[in-house]
Amino acid sequence: MSDASNIDIDYVANLARLQLTPEEKQRFAGQLGDILEHFEKLKSIDVSNEEPMAHPFPVFNVLGADEASPTLSPEQALVNAPKQRDQQLVVPKVVDDA
Amino acid sequence: MEYEPVIGLEVHVQLKTNTKMFTRAPYHYGAEPNTLTDPVVLGMPGTLPVMNRKAIEMTIQAGLLLGCKIPETCKWDRKNYFYPDMPKNYQISQFDQPICDGGEVEIEMLGPSRNVMGEHRNVKLTRIHLEEDVGKLTHFDSESLVDYNRAGTPLIEIVSEPDLYSPEEAFAYLTALRNCLVAAGISECDMEKGQMRCDANVSIRPKGTTELGTKVEIKNLNTISGVRNGIAYEIQRQTLAMENNQPIVQETRRWNADEGYTTSMRSKEMAHDYRYFPDPDLMPVKVSQDWLEQLAEDLPELPFDMQRRYMRDYDLPYTITSVLCPDAKLAAYFENALAVYEKPKQIANFITNDLLRELSAAGENGSLPLDQCKVRPEHVAELVQLIDKGDISSHIAKEVFPEMFSTGKGPSQIVDEKGLKQSTDTGELEATCQEIINNNPKPVAEYKAGKEPAINALKGQVMKMTRGKANPKIVDEILRKLLA
Amino acid sequence: MSEDLYYKTATELRRLLENRTISAVELVQSAIARTKATDDKVRAYLDTNEDEAIELARASDERRANGKILGPLDGIPVSIKDLIVEKGKLARCSSRILENFVSPYDATAIVNLRNSGAIPWGRVNMDEFAMGSSTETSYFQKTANPWDLERIPGGSSGGSAACVAAGQTVLSLGSDTGGSIRQPAALCGVVGMKPTYGTVSRYGLIAFASSLDQIGPFSRCVEDSAMLLDAISGYDPLDSTSYSGDIPNCAQAIPEKKGPWKLGIPKEYFPDNLDPEIRTAVEAAVDNYRARGCEIIEVELPHTELAIPVYYIIATAEASSNLSRYDGIRYTHRSEESTDALDIYFKSRGEGFGEEVKRRICLGSFVLSSGYYDAYYLRAQKVRNLIRKDFQNAFKQVDALLTPTSPTPAFKFGERTEDPLTMYLSDIFTINVNLAGFPALSLPCGLTSGNLPIGLQVIGQPLKEDDLFAIAHSYEQANDYWKLRPTL
Repeated sequence: MSDASNIDIDYVANLARLQLTPEEKQRFAGQLGDILEHFEKLKSIDVSNEEPMAHPFPVFNVLGADEASPTLSPEQALVNAPKQRDQQLVVPKVVDDA
Repeated sequence: MEYEPVIGLEVHVQLKTNTKMFTRAPYHYGAEPNTLTDPVVLGMPGTLPVMNRKAIEMTIQAGLLLGCKIPETCKWDRKNYFYPDMPKNYQISQFDQPICDGGEVEIEMLGPSRNVMGEHRNVKLTRIHLEEDVGKLTHFDSESLVDYNRAGTPLIEIVSEPDLYSPEEAFAYLTALRNCLVAAGISECDMEKGQMRCDANVSIRPKGTTELGTKVEIKNLNTISGVRNGIAYEIQRQTLAMENNQPIVQETRRWNADEGYTTSMRSKEMAHDYRYFPDPDLMPVKVSQDWLEQLAEDLPELPFDMQRRYMRDYDLPYTITSVLCPDAKLAAYFENALAVYEKPKQIANFITNDLLRELSAAGENGSLPLDQCKVRPEHVAELVQLIDKGDISSHIAKEVFPEMFSTGKGPSQIVDEKGLKQSTDTGELEATCQEIINNNPKPVAEYKAGKEPAINALKGQVMKMTRGKANPKIVDEILRKLLA
Repeated sequence: MSEDLYYKTATELRRLLENRTISAVELVQSAIARTKATDDKVRAYLDTNEDEAIELARASDERRANGKILGPLDGIPVSIKDLIVEKGKLARCSSRILENFVSPYDATAIVNLRNSGAIPWGRVNMDEFAMGSSTETSYFQKTANPWDLERIPGGSSGGSAACVAAGQTVLSLGSDTGGSIRQPAALCGVVGMKPTYGTVSRYGLIAFASSLDQIGPFSRCVEDSAMLLDAISGYDPLDSTSYSGDIPNCAQAIPEKKGPWKLGIPKEYFPDNLDPEIRTAVEAAVDNYRARGCEIIEVELPHTELAIPVYYIIATAEASSNLSRYDGIRYTHRSEESTDALDIYFKSRGEGFGEEVKRRICLGSFVLSSGYYDAYYLRAQKVRNLIRKDFQNAFKQVDALLTPTSPTPAFKFGERTEDPLTMYLSDIFTINVNLAGFPALSLPCGLTSGNLPIGLQVIGQPLKEDDLFAIAHSYEQANDYWKLRPTL
């Protein structure tokens, strides 16, 4: 974590698909650097015998039966859509890289 | 230098559940756009996932079928990336604790000829994990349309080890995998409908070496022939590069089926940083021994095991079993007929010849599906029984079958209605035979002179006169008696 | 008459409705009138949905006339934090990116609320996507603290706390990820409660950090919060993290449980730099419990300080993923400027999110990114386990913990916006509880010399909300701080 305060803000903003202004980038880099420096505290403690805790309480097998429930109509499904045509959502042509 | 390809496949298979992986919106192929959604499918703010028990069970069954280890617990992770076909911009998948570990798929290589069984080999699996499918994009000139019907459908990803060594093996692997999963009712595995999709990792290395070469991932291999052709092309491309001392770059390439080549999509440097982390909205799954045993009870016999059994127990030839066994529905049909009348060879012959021919002729787009066929398995058994009882000749049976197929009537009913029952009235038959002998002096003379085959000409005449209804064995006896 | 209703508790209003002194319609009309009169100063409400509320009140009055009321809250209005979705209504999370978003479905808490006869009334302001402690990050408006209009109401559920404190509505639903109910409750002088994780369904709660978020009640007295929690809690098959076992009936338990209790004082919650007036008020509250026969035990929660990094790693990581869906494609603000799909993402999100949200998305994306996951996220999850163990150990000796809710009283607008780290550090008394998944409540325990409310935090044991409410209620009975009102 030693190099942590040098956060690559461009890389992170690109991962998060966030357009940031040059001022925002500069400000965030500084602020996040301070925050990450504070996070260094975590290093002070030995966690080699600890299990990671993903949920406040361990519960298993929360399973639903494979029985169909009601659907939305296409109109309801697209009611908030910025643009639609032929019962489908419209986006500018996507460069296929999935 | 000679090069050897090494191939690993990542196969996505859509599970045959009624509802989606993490919500109970229904799914079926071919619905009108955006009619199979709910707030969860659309990733609306505030929505939460709830697992589909059936999907978990089917995945465990796939694992049991393919000899995977089923770990005691598995968990869910989010794979984060942005794409318009993915409503939440993360996919719920399994990163480091999948439902199934290891396993293998038995494949059969092409034999020396169609009639001879090829070599069998087990291809190693890395894992099988469960995830949710994305929606469907349709591209136009300047825009794309998004349909979220398919989004959220349960999908298993079956990852093989780099343990395949030719496009033909890859083809054989996919075929074998599909046959197993269809037999177990886990998926329809119809590639045309996107129910089975395949990506391949291809590398080459100098023959005789063991180290793996630089791996190239091929996407968009969305038909069975695409898998074979795409891999073959990529092997050729890499071999050429090697021979010309050009480096092979680790990258992802797309197979263009129409043009027949692969093009680069992205390099290793541009690879996604998916930021996997455990999904806090979902609890892990624990698989108890009891649950495993219960699920194991419903597993079908694997197609290759069935084939070996048919060849051993029923003495069926390889060619027939290789038609029957890979098709779980056809094999079940065969066994249902067999349960009525235990004449495996004859029944199998009717099924693999007559039935399949009629099905293929009746289908508008490929074969008519077996479940739409009017001929019931017990009808096929009855037909064989009629031949064995001497009620009809196999010749007549061949005529009766198309009638059964088009009308759905049982064979006895057709034989009765059309008066096709073999004549066993020897008095009438003797008169007919005598008439033929009288009218055909030439073959009679030849037979009497010791030319045995000449009797066949007389038999043919009798059969013609009786319009096939006479029992050929009896006709033979009468003719010999009259000519003695 | 209606003026007298503004500061009545739900418990009192319930009796007035029962003996027909007032009707539900009158009650809702009085709330609307009070809001009209005061909200240009407080600015708690984003939408008021007045016609629908009166319609629902009419239906409640009809039920009552037919002797068919649905529960103790029948006819009582409850305002809703802007991140709990209601079918057919805007649910904007105080964010530009959801400016026009109309929910096609109801949150389970809303369904439960309606089934109890209570009237969801109006949507109240919050920090954008619940990220903040002052409600200043709202895209739409800044809500003022009714005790001092130049100060923040706390956050992120600042609208909920302010509208209850201002007498605009008697009850409100908020959400608490790291103190977002308790801290504004403390700063506005009302009761606010975060239940045990899993007690109230999160289905329909627009997620900030999924493993920390819980919906909870705001009210003017402890008993009211207990009633509201009883109405909204319970197992929900639509939320896989929902608790499926029995949960206590809290309102019923309050008069039954009389103590005395063993109460823990974690020394980590009384640091040297704690605001002296807050220290004095909370220590006085502790003395009050002692005087009433409770045993006071000093306990240790040694990993308390690590909660800040653990919380801000886990919460921002989860948030970075939860907020990915707001992308300008399906239902959110789509930038007019965009030329292709990739551009839609960058510009819509760049324009649609405010600065604090963007900062946290960056932080969360970073801690999950390739090469950093183990050092940050994985490590934070392990330390989180230690924090939970701290609480489990402490509760071996005690029934509840008593602490200050916030290290400072309400501060002035703009005072802390420039320095996010200082803002984050001020969450120190509340976030541990979310990390551990325990329930906790804040209730008024005094005023500063500047006439600003001080909150006492009572932390209870998981699934023992009945004890928690009873312990808090006993303090309320022995003091009049909860009856203090701001002058508006």
